[in-house]
Amino acid sequence: MADYKLRRSLLYVPGNMPSMLQNVPLFQCDAVQIDLEDAVPLAEKDAARILVRRFLDTYKERNKEVLVRINGLDTKWALDDLKAVLPGLPDGIRLPKADSPDVVERLDTLLTEYEEELGLEVGFFKILPSIETAMGVINAVFTARASTRLIGLAFGAEDYTATMEINRTKTGEELFNARMNVLWAAKAAGIQALDSIFADVNDMDALRTETELIKKLGFTGKSLVNPRQIDVVHEVFAPKQAEVDYALQVMDAIKRAREMGTGVISLKGKMIDRPVVVRAARVLSTARAHGMVDVVINEEDINGAE
Amino acid sequence: MIILKKGQAGTMQSSDLMVIVEPASELTIEIESTVKKQFEHLIRARLEQVLAKFGVVSGRISVSDRGALDYAIEARLEAALQRAGGA
Repeated sequence: MADYKLRRSLLYVPGNMPSMLQNVPLFQCDAVQIDLEDAVPLAEKDAARILVRRFLDTYKERNKEVLVRINGLDTKWALDDLKAVLPGLPDGIRLPKADSPDVVERLDTLLTEYEEELGLEVGFFKILPSIETAMGVINAVFTARASTRLIGLAFGAEDYTATMEINRTKTGEELFNARMNVLWAAKAAGIQALDSIFADVNDMDALRTETELIKKLGFTGKSLVNPRQIDVVHEVFAPKQAEVDYALQVMDAIKRAREMGTGVISLKGKMIDRPVVVRAARVLSTARAHGMVDVVINEEDINGAE
Repeated sequence: MIILKKGQAGTMQSSDLMVIVEPASELTIEIESTVKKQFEHLIRARLEQVLAKFGVVSGRISVSDRGALDYAIEARLEAALQRAGGA
């Protein structure tokens, strides 16, 4: 199983605010999403993209993944956003309103053109599409396969509830179907599913409850609006030592089983077979990304030798 | 480039600066800053660098600085010049 990149916390940073931008190297999140879209007033779009570019030019020693949220491809700003920021070499583009695979394909083509112009390998720039409308949710399964540049699908609950003409609640019952659709689409395509922001920065308990819920469902990370939210999200996503210990025992048990010529074995009275092993391998690869173990699980550990 | 009209960019928030560029027959730079004593010469040098890059030889450049770093100084002047027509 290949190492996978931790994207537990994707912090939004307003693109027109130097006081926040210059703290990007200091934030303890896994990724930042520098925002040229909703956080920037219409009259400041031009100035923000220049500021972001100049910031990226100075931020040479990157210690986290850097995405830029451009304006939607259906706006007059998107092309200028790309032109300004791509030479600053962000890791990828967060694409708002990814309502259909066509939108992602269009961005893919534009990114290829810039890569050729900048002398970069094709595929250098990644894409994280936002699934944030009813149409986006319906098309998510196709959008998830629209480009090899995709690192995941990001659910955007604020815009989604707006297009559904409903209110967003702290308990999130209204989001279940949409979240599941985004999850299925992402998992089926083998990419990460990343959850929406939680807007109330003073309610850490509700943030924790929501993060526990979305982790349980299958999301591997969450967008954040404030650096104060990072710790809570990391705490929730950190594998528990007991889970890691158990996963190691599972890997050991299945190895013994295979030595005995069987694919199933009992561990402390519970049946261990391939799906249990796949889950254990997943826990261990997450634990490895957290620096808790240094075992590398390969395909043979999961499936056995032929 | 030639400054055709007044252009303004930036904010008065901390770590930012406000830049105003206006047409004039000569090149002048005025700097107000919360850290004027220590950093005026560095701010001026950075502004002059950007002006040279864009080939600006005349104009009135006024800056109110709130402790901005170099990248922000560059970006705000660049944005003001762009808004003044031509950059």
